[in-house]
Amino acid sequence: MSAALSARSELHRLLLAGEFVVTAELQATDSADPRSVAALADVFRGKVDAVNATDNSSAHPHLSPMAAAHLLTDAGIEPIMQFVCRDRNRLALQADMLGAATLGVRNVLCMTGDDVSVGDHPEAKPIYDIDSIHLLRIARVMRDEGAYVSGRQLTQPPDFLIGAVENPFAPPLEFRPMRLGKKIEAGAEFVQTQICFNLAKMRLFMARCSDLGLLEHVWVLAGVFVPRSAKAVRYLRDQVPGIDVPKEVVDRLDSVPPDRQRAEGIGLALDIVEQVRAIPGVSGLHLMTIRNEEAIVEVIERAGLLPRPSSVPQTVG
Amino acid sequence: MARTLDRRPPPTAPPPRGFRRAITLVERATKEAVWDCRMCGQCILHSTGLVCPMRCPKNLRNGPCGGTLQDGHCEVVPDMKCVWVSAWEGSRTLPLWRDHIEHVEPPVDWRLQETSSWENLLTRRDQHVPAAWNLAGRHPASTKRER
Repeated sequence: MSAALSARSELHRLLLAGEFVVTAELQATDSADPRSVAALADVFRGKVDAVNATDNSSAHPHLSPMAAAHLLTDAGIEPIMQFVCRDRNRLALQADMLGAATLGVRNVLCMTGDDVSVGDHPEAKPIYDIDSIHLLRIARVMRDEGAYVSGRQLTQPPDFLIGAVENPFAPPLEFRPMRLGKKIEAGAEFVQTQICFNLAKMRLFMARCSDLGLLEHVWVLAGVFVPRSAKAVRYLRDQVPGIDVPKEVVDRLDSVPPDRQRAEGIGLALDIVEQVRAIPGVSGLHLMTIRNEEAIVEVIERAGLLPRPSSVPQTVG
Repeated sequence: MARTLDRRPPPTAPPPRGFRRAITLVERATKEAVWDCRMCGQCILHSTGLVCPMRCPKNLRNGPCGGTLQDGHCEVVPDMKCVWVSAWEGSRTLPLWRDHIEHVEPPVDWRLQETSSWENLLTRRDQHVPAAWNLAGRHPASTKRER
């Protein structure tokens, strides 16, 4: 095909080119003012290759990822739009995937989603009509077959790079690489991992994925958290299910006075970045934080990852 | 009865009568007792280490979510061991079907709730998947190298 290397998105183009990519998570906003997203976009513009528009993260309602993705696009940042299976059934998910495509979304990320019980509306009815692997396959059907999963044809299929998430740090550890294999079979082309503090587990996971031949088929972006304080990592350990926060991490931040914890958090993230970059098969980073976006940019800068290739104007060829 | 506390969606098919009703009652009586079966009507116990995946609060059919606690318990019901930790362990002990946990399972057909999976197996009703579900299998597993 003549379109052999035509990329579906800028993120896809960079991955195909073998660039070490950098993505970041947009702090979910609770404002009806579009400038709330624009202000965060200003921090990231030119510093990262794409930004995740989260879908009611931690089971709290926030600005719709559809709107956030659209506002990011307007602000000159390529969005990765999350779709969780907790809040919508297969009809609504497909409708929103098509809708996102019309608004220019070119990267989607399919995930199960935190349960309503960990959010601020624990009495809500969780949906879980389909799981994340079903959603990956459905995205693939819509794109490659030009049809809803029911078989009904689309007039114009969406064109997006399809992403998944995986948690190499939660039990059952031996099954996690196989589960990524199922996600690839279902349709995943890139994967963002849960926050990595435990490098031994990350190395083991990547080695096993390599043994299974999965790294031939998927780009792995390692999740790295930039903590603002010791309190932030304790919050991850105690309040966010599935995150492995080793004692050394908490101790390291506790060992410095509160006014220096932000700097120590950046140092910690830089150490993790350096080590995950050395793991074969890691194709990029996905950086996360809690109200500390400038620190993400500082990590990218000090890790020598600037300028970003995507911020350089491309010649149309 | 416990039925009134049940959050599962109601069946959409008319209640079975006669022999079909008898099969459903036997299946429920045996499988609820042994596997805490939730009568989804499309049984995949052999792919899940003989652990009912519908016991997962997220009804996951293909593996654990990312929220499994470090001690192997469920994020939604912290007192319960993660259904998929049990499923993985169970699958390792099976003489047959050991690798079936790696199969991609299709979405649940919610119309089959409360029907007999044995009847649906014999009539092949449980083989029904959305029309385009299997079409994506025609494509290579990924486009990492080329489009």
